[in-house]
Amino acid sequence: MNTQSNIPAELFEPAVARPTLDVAVASALPFWPALRRQLRSDARAIVSLLVIFILVIAAVAGRGLWPLDPAQQILGSAAQGSMRAQRALVVRTTIDEPIIELSPAALLPAPQLASPQHLQVLEATTERVKFRWKLVAGAHSYRIYRNTHAPRDHADLGLPLGFTTARGQVSFSDGLLLRPRDYFYSVVASDGADEAKTFATLTITPQPAIGLLEAQLQGLVAADVHDVTSAPQTVLLPAHPLGTDHLGRDLLARLLQGARVSLFIAISAALLYVALGLVYGAVAGFAGGAIDHWMMRIADFVIALPFLLFMILLRIAFGIAPGESGVMPLVIALVLLSWPSTARLVRGQVLQLREEPYISAAQLAGAGNLYIIFRHLLPNMLGVILVTLAFAIPNAIFTEAFLSFIGMGVTPPATSWGAMSSDGVQNLLIHPTELIWPALCISVTVLAFNLLGDALRDALDMKVQR
Amino acid sequence: MSAVFRILLLCLFFNLSAFAADGVDVAGQRISIALKSEPPTLNSLQASDVVSSFILNHVMEGLLQYNMRNELVAGVAERWQLREDGATFWLRRNALWSDGKPVTARDFVFAWRQVLIPATASRYAFILFPIKNAERVNRGELPADQLGVKAIGDYQIDVQFERPCPYFLGLTAFATYNPLREDFVLARGGSYAADAKDMLFNGPFLLTRWDHGAHLTLQKNKKYWNAAAIRLQEIDIPYITADASAVFNLFQEGSIAMAQLDTATLQEASARGAPMQLFDTGALYFLEFNLQPNRMTANVHLRRAIQAIFAQEQLTDKVIGMPGNLPTFSLFPRSVKGINGNFRDEFPPTPPPRGMAIAKQELALAQSELGIKQWPPLVLLASVSATGKRQAEYFQQLLQTGLNIPVRIDNQIFKLTIEKMNRGDFDIAMAGWLPDFDDAITFGDLLASWNENNRGRYNSPRYDALVNAANATGDQSKRMLYFSEMQKMLIDDVPILPTFESTEIYAINPELHGVSRALFGGDLDFRHAYVEALAK
Amino acid sequence: MWRYILRRLLSGVVTIWFIATATFFAMHFVPGDPLSSERAMSPEIRKNLQIKYGLDQPLAHQYILFLRNMLHGDFGISFTQQNRRVNDIIREHFPVSALLGIVSLIIATVGAVLWGAVSAHYRRRWPDSAIMLLVIVAVSLPGFVTAALVQWLVLALNRQWGFTVLPVAGWGTWKHLLLPAWVLGLSTMAYMTRLMRASLLEVAHADYLRTARAKGLSAHRIFFRHQLRNALLPVITVLGPAIAAITTGGFVVELMFAIPGLGRYFVEAVQQLDYTVIMGTTVFYGAFLVLMVLLVDIIYGVVDPRIRVAR
Repeated sequence: MNTQSNIPAELFEPAVARPTLDVAVASALPFWPALRRQLRSDARAIVSLLVIFILVIAAVAGRGLWPLDPAQQILGSAAQGSMRAQRALVVRTTIDEPIIELSPAALLPAPQLASPQHLQVLEATTERVKFRWKLVAGAHSYRIYRNTHAPRDHADLGLPLGFTTARGQVSFSDGLLLRPRDYFYSVVASDGADEAKTFATLTITPQPAIGLLEAQLQGLVAADVHDVTSAPQTVLLPAHPLGTDHLGRDLLARLLQGARVSLFIAISAALLYVALGLVYGAVAGFAGGAIDHWMMRIADFVIALPFLLFMILLRIAFGIAPGESGVMPLVIALVLLSWPSTARLVRGQVLQLREEPYISAAQLAGAGNLYIIFRHLLPNMLGVILVTLAFAIPNAIFTEAFLSFIGMGVTPPATSWGAMSSDGVQNLLIHPTELIWPALCISVTVLAFNLLGDALRDALDMKVQR
Repeated sequence: MSAVFRILLLCLFFNLSAFAADGVDVAGQRISIALKSEPPTLNSLQASDVVSSFILNHVMEGLLQYNMRNELVAGVAERWQLREDGATFWLRRNALWSDGKPVTARDFVFAWRQVLIPATASRYAFILFPIKNAERVNRGELPADQLGVKAIGDYQIDVQFERPCPYFLGLTAFATYNPLREDFVLARGGSYAADAKDMLFNGPFLLTRWDHGAHLTLQKNKKYWNAAAIRLQEIDIPYITADASAVFNLFQEGSIAMAQLDTATLQEASARGAPMQLFDTGALYFLEFNLQPNRMTANVHLRRAIQAIFAQEQLTDKVIGMPGNLPTFSLFPRSVKGINGNFRDEFPPTPPPRGMAIAKQELALAQSELGIKQWPPLVLLASVSATGKRQAEYFQQLLQTGLNIPVRIDNQIFKLTIEKMNRGDFDIAMAGWLPDFDDAITFGDLLASWNENNRGRYNSPRYDALVNAANATGDQSKRMLYFSEMQKMLIDDVPILPTFESTEIYAINPELHGVSRALFGGDLDFRHAYVEALAK
Repeated sequence: MWRYILRRLLSGVVTIWFIATATFFAMHFVPGDPLSSERAMSPEIRKNLQIKYGLDQPLAHQYILFLRNMLHGDFGISFTQQNRRVNDIIREHFPVSALLGIVSLIIATVGAVLWGAVSAHYRRRWPDSAIMLLVIVAVSLPGFVTAALVQWLVLALNRQWGFTVLPVAGWGTWKHLLLPAWVLGLSTMAYMTRLMRASLLEVAHADYLRTARAKGLSAHRIFFRHQLRNALLPVITVLGPAIAAITTGGFVVELMFAIPGLGRYFVEAVQQLDYTVIMGTTVFYGAFLVLMVLLVDIIYGVVDPRIRVAR
């Protein structure tokens, strides 16, 4: 401001007190009504606001929309696609008693092992499949294979499901991830070292069932029931419109719970750190000189801090009390560590804008610094700020997801879209819906915020409008 | 500047080193595999992890070794004699170091003393403690030459014991007992085993390439005394990643010969009809209860209530969902030897009483003893791995719905989890145990009151007496009776709740044969492996 | 100018010292012991280890020792890789991360300028909508999801065509570089495309463009000499931090594509509380970032002379 030094200060008077002279400023239209009018005519804004509104309603209403408990595990219906409510037979699962058949003749070595005969189904429910066969002469043990297609030959059998362990055991019981579909069980005799090349196959279709203990845990059957064999009963398992995850939890209920957590983290953290960065960057850029220099060094310092280490540190420092989900430490850590990039961006903009003639004009007109920051600098930076904010929201969601991916995310039973995606990636090959739904939710949220950001930016850009 | 230079070099020569890695090469007897992580160290004095042991088992050899069926057979020693008070080993004369010099008794004496001197700071020093004066040497109270081991000439080693040690032969197969050549190690100083060129080998393979974090290559050692029995010419390890699906993708692409499968990749592999092989790991997994007096879990009825609602087969069949994992009630896995055969066949455990009614009964007892109506949250300390998290969520929900006890899962970074376990900062911890050697005591003394690994601080004079008795005698039939008593106490007292015995499943190239897995202090074993084209 | 750079470098040293100090004490504040492993240790064995790594000394002493060694450029020996010096770890693995980062940044920047310009040019017409949709899709998935999906897709292609089009993991040839670099640069590209578009439109109404048009300059010249040059500013601002984020934040990509980069080492070091590796990589990356930010500020001055950097 050296150029002004030889002009007497009393020639200048503050202009703010005289509204009649405020024409140049007032012509920029009242801010909010103009914005509202603009947005109302923009399809993107209406759609994105609608989507955000629906998401927020869904997050807030949660259990009111879909009453299932997001933590309830029905292991028998794990990793399923969309399914209706179905009846399941309650069965008693006791420890398996294998059938032993010991006949001296059968234990003599045989020149060639035959394939087992008379395969017979003893139990066929999704809790347990049990079958038996007639003893094969010379067999020490039997290997059991399970396929979902009829095996063509020995090489087609794949990995053995298991083998008999007791001497003379001629039965096998299986409970590994059974579903109500066709299974082909094959039995191969083995003389202890080598396996016969012949086998016998049995087709079994298990009936939907739930174990007594599990049914009691879920409160579907009274705790004092012991006997379900003489008085068989069925229970109704709930419907899952979007299917279930790897632990048999309802995906829709979890998505709603995840919405609450993810949106809370995203919106609160993003707003807070963009606001912090905005104020910081504006002050630094406007102040300039040594203040700017040192403020930016502090920002560099914060950027260079190892995020992961400090995230872990903050997580420990704030602690996660019993029953809490660990969301607050995450938000605080995000805000404390993420603001500098916004600050740098805003500072760059301020440095550029403060050289604009209208700022000098305002300064000449006697406007205060605060007035200039809020009336001139901020409105002119809104475009870049809104873009930053639009990206800050997914950024916060992704940071949470990354932390979930390395096991540092929200604490179960709480969940988030990021945590669900992280689980989903593990199961991508076999059960893609577990990834698709949370990923879709993240996508839609990001899309909505981006469209809103765009629409806002265009609406605020008065020059475009005219 | 050198980093910039390296980047430029990398840019320039990036595709010169290009070659298509093939999973198996029949003509060259060559295979490629992936490792889970970079070996933390290949100095046998300090190695304490599975990946390092895997490499060391292939490039080094101790006095004895385990064969494909995990039985002890001759290694550098061709004969041996085990007594109550010590052991003697006679070394073969055709065992050579990779520089052509013979492996002598002095190399073993040097290595064992080196393990124990405090300056080495070996984590596995304790595994030598059965040797006379070993513990005192390690504490710095005695000079290393007072260790109870002597070289008699070049080819005989005499070992004196601190106390009877019926399982000592198995210990000599452990990597910490490997020989080291004094002149070579001293010449390299601190950089011994820092790189492939800083090592001497006496095992069936040589480490010829070690690009840290990226690429290792093992090649057949032509000077190995039993080289005729080794058929593989090269084991190439061009990939290092812990990501199970990345490894499986590499297998599907044909770049590697074997890939370890997890729940998801197993189902995919089955659906694609990939040949698979299942290996026992010998490991036991369990829930460890904190028995310190200020903890809810110190109450035996609460522990029994948890035992009563927990169905092991639910966990193995539906939560982990991979074949081969065996639900168990015992402290001793199926691989533990008994008097003549398997311990578990000779002393089958009696299953504990289970069911909702029993759980409610025990829970009521626990509540009246503790004088509480509402349960405070219990802290479940869990590892951050995917399966660890899955199991933790299962247990959390089990205790919540079954017993109305809220559970807070505490998952932290690895070192913090360990720290919390050591400090006793938990109610229930998910833990596991891998055997170090072929004897039931490696599991049995886990719950002795003096064992640092007894993180729940189970302190039973009767149990301690049984461990002492088993340690004091070499009579296997007596010892097995003691172990069977321990097994009973475990089911009654529930200081830990065994969950399952683990297996590993690998997708394997059908042309690769003869791969086994070491149960004791090791991993996959390719020493007997070979490649053979499939019959058309 | 040179005095300015010197002053910035000096303050950079102070920044690094701050970072090192904060990280050092924060790291020691995290409860846990870098020496512990699954298997518990007897107090004697533990003591031996503590002496070996100097952890038996008081913290202040350790700090002074660390500073002294740091001045000599020595970060000590890794706790988890017991025979490797931290300097060697950085020297061997940083070039890998850097190469991956540079390639992905090139992909990102070139793509961003191109797509940003195209979409600003066709504002509100279909190419703009299409690019913006792609950009949104690109940033709408977390990195590990994108990586998994890309691998899955390429694997399916490889299987479909019966030969390896692109390897899905590993390191060693330029082919191994393409997928991870693309995945790594994707979100940066999307972010920069949007910034580019926004600032191109922002400057489109600046007075100097009107002047330029009034002067009758060719549209080509206006775009490149005036509009693009001014619009590049916000993009350059994010470039500095983006370089750091890409070279350090490659952890997920390095893990999922089995690449031996430094990012993976750093994250593993944090989880393992490997004190020396944490300090070494933090200080190294800190210095790297300070240099990058300085570089960006200088470029800033070159692109926009109105900003008097050397003031």
